[in-house]
Amino acid sequence: MNKLTNVFNHNSNLLSIYFTAGFPNADSTLHVLKALEQGGTDFVEVGIPYSDPLADGPVIQNSSSRALANGMSLKMLFDQLKELKNTVNIPVILMGYLNPILKFGIESFIENCRQVGVSGLIIPDLPYEIYLEKYQTLFEQNNISNIFLITPQTGEERIRKLDRASTSFLYMVSSAAVTGVRDGLSESQIQYFERIKNMQLKTPAMVGFGISNHKTYREVCRYAHGAIVGSAFIKHLETHGDDASEIIKFVKNLKNN
Amino acid sequence: MSENYLKKYPTKEGFYKEYGGAFLPPALEEEMKKITDAYFAISKSHNFISELRSIRKHYQGRPTPVYYCNRLSEKYGGRIYLKREDLNHSGAHKLNHCMGEALLARYLGKKKLIAETGAGQHGVALATAAAYFGLECEIHMGEVDIAKEHPNVVRMEILGAKVVPVSKGLKTLKEAVDSAFEAYLKDPVNTIYCIGSVVGPHPFPMMVRDFQHVVGVEAREQFQDMTGELPDSVVACVGGGSNAMGIFSGFIDDEEVALYGVEPGGRSMKTGDHAATMMKGKPGIIHGFKCYLLQDEDGNPSPVYSIASGLDYPGVGPEHSMLKDIGRVNYDMVTDKEAIDAFFELSRLEGIIPALESAHAVAYALKLAQKDPRKSVLVNLSGRGDKDIDFVVENYGKQYGIE
Repeated sequence: MNKLTNVFNHNSNLLSIYFTAGFPNADSTLHVLKALEQGGTDFVEVGIPYSDPLADGPVIQNSSSRALANGMSLKMLFDQLKELKNTVNIPVILMGYLNPILKFGIESFIENCRQVGVSGLIIPDLPYEIYLEKYQTLFEQNNISNIFLITPQTGEERIRKLDRASTSFLYMVSSAAVTGVRDGLSESQIQYFERIKNMQLKTPAMVGFGISNHKTYREVCRYAHGAIVGSAFIKHLETHGDDASEIIKFVKNLKNN
Repeated sequence: MSENYLKKYPTKEGFYKEYGGAFLPPALEEEMKKITDAYFAISKSHNFISELRSIRKHYQGRPTPVYYCNRLSEKYGGRIYLKREDLNHSGAHKLNHCMGEALLARYLGKKKLIAETGAGQHGVALATAAAYFGLECEIHMGEVDIAKEHPNVVRMEILGAKVVPVSKGLKTLKEAVDSAFEAYLKDPVNTIYCIGSVVGPHPFPMMVRDFQHVVGVEAREQFQDMTGELPDSVVACVGGGSNAMGIFSGFIDDEEVALYGVEPGGRSMKTGDHAATMMKGKPGIIHGFKCYLLQDEDGNPSPVYSIASGLDYPGVGPEHSMLKDIGRVNYDMVTDKEAIDAFFELSRLEGIIPALESAHAVAYALKLAQKDPRKSVLVNLSGRGDKDIDFVVENYGKQYGIE
């Protein structure tokens, strides 16, 4: 069974953390992963830096530029991840844009993912239809879960389709401007979470935007299986570097307050 | 070329053979589907078409003329004709698709138009369209281009648009596109990203081509009226490729007409010194679509450069990418130096100051004319050069006798 699926079968209130490979330093990737596990992160998303992302905010974009300047590439990342299985037990997902993956060669990319022990992939600009047509078999043969994104604008019919095709979790994001934030979550966010919750999908859902503290993390967990923290952790790395004890403290504060 | 090329491409999903498509995060994907549906529903309606036609005639001043270059032809040989898109209102072909996009935006109930601009021609055209329709307008422009194309920045501001300076990366066109996408993603419901060329995700390459098609339709008829025949060659510059798709689409089913797309050869063929995407690129994905792409070995877009701010883009229209592969269009390039020479030649022999972008097409036409003096060549003179005069005089004036 896929490690990631397993985590969802046995836990709720999951905490996932995103960071960019090669940030703040080229060799930070494994240190950060290890510290995140020690702090109690349930699974980690490692971002593959790309110069022209269409779905990242300024904080993550900035970390990607720095990582690219540090020389990070898919080749370097897979070299580092050769030690992944000896470093952490929690599932690891890669998140990256399609062009660097195509340039690397998608077959060999998936093959590398399996070999180093990556459990899942988020490729925001790979359309669902093209995944089905061209890549589903490849992913399945290598036991790599493809994670789909849904937004407040995604229609019910499409969500049902994605639910059926999912093998791990659905990633709930929001692109629309968040206005009128009160006490962590806005009313439109809550409506969106409730709408998804009421659909009673077979696939667990994780919420991933604007979560920066324990309070919002707990609130989000009322509606979903857990939360994904990205920008807030990148900011932490910007300030504190990849110091393990600081990372552990960050995760513990987030999870347990 | 088979009949009805324009009906054959793109496919329903926006593909031109392997190129095009919509490789987008879901939030944008949903919006593009809405725009596609709306475009198909609205753009073929009688009211939309008659409103657009009325705008073209009474507001833009179309049809723009086709003009025979007497002195230029005498000097270089051949028969050189220009399709005068520089005489289109706001000074470039860009207004053709901007009025279409803005009209569509109004039908969709959008409040604000967002776009990138390189040389500022698309920005000015969109700001013009926004003023016409009473919509808000926000233009993203690289800081390098803002400095270089100052007159166009002022024009946009006079027209009531907000110009957002982009300070990332090389601070030119690619970064402006990134920034415009980012702004659009913040509120895709009330805003619309009016892409400035035949690039970006489906339906934009198709929509922009369809709105630019008028250039080719007019030119074909005018040329036949003037000469009783079709031109031997049609030449246009290609950055993203909107003016080229406009004029090519009018002749694409005429197999006897040779089509030439001219890319910016810049200073040299070293990476970062040119933007000859078709000549040096490999298929890849940028800004949500597949095309020939100048990219590094890790799949990040390469730095690009051209003297013409409207041409320095590492990608190119998906339809151009296909037309290269199937061999219907010949793609070649012209250097900065050749473009500057042509800029002065056209100014001094015909009294027409071309945009530096369009000067690339003129330069190539001069080569064709010299090569075969018996043939006719029709150039899409996509824009006028007022925006470029300060830059040209400051950097090249002395060489051409301006102290």
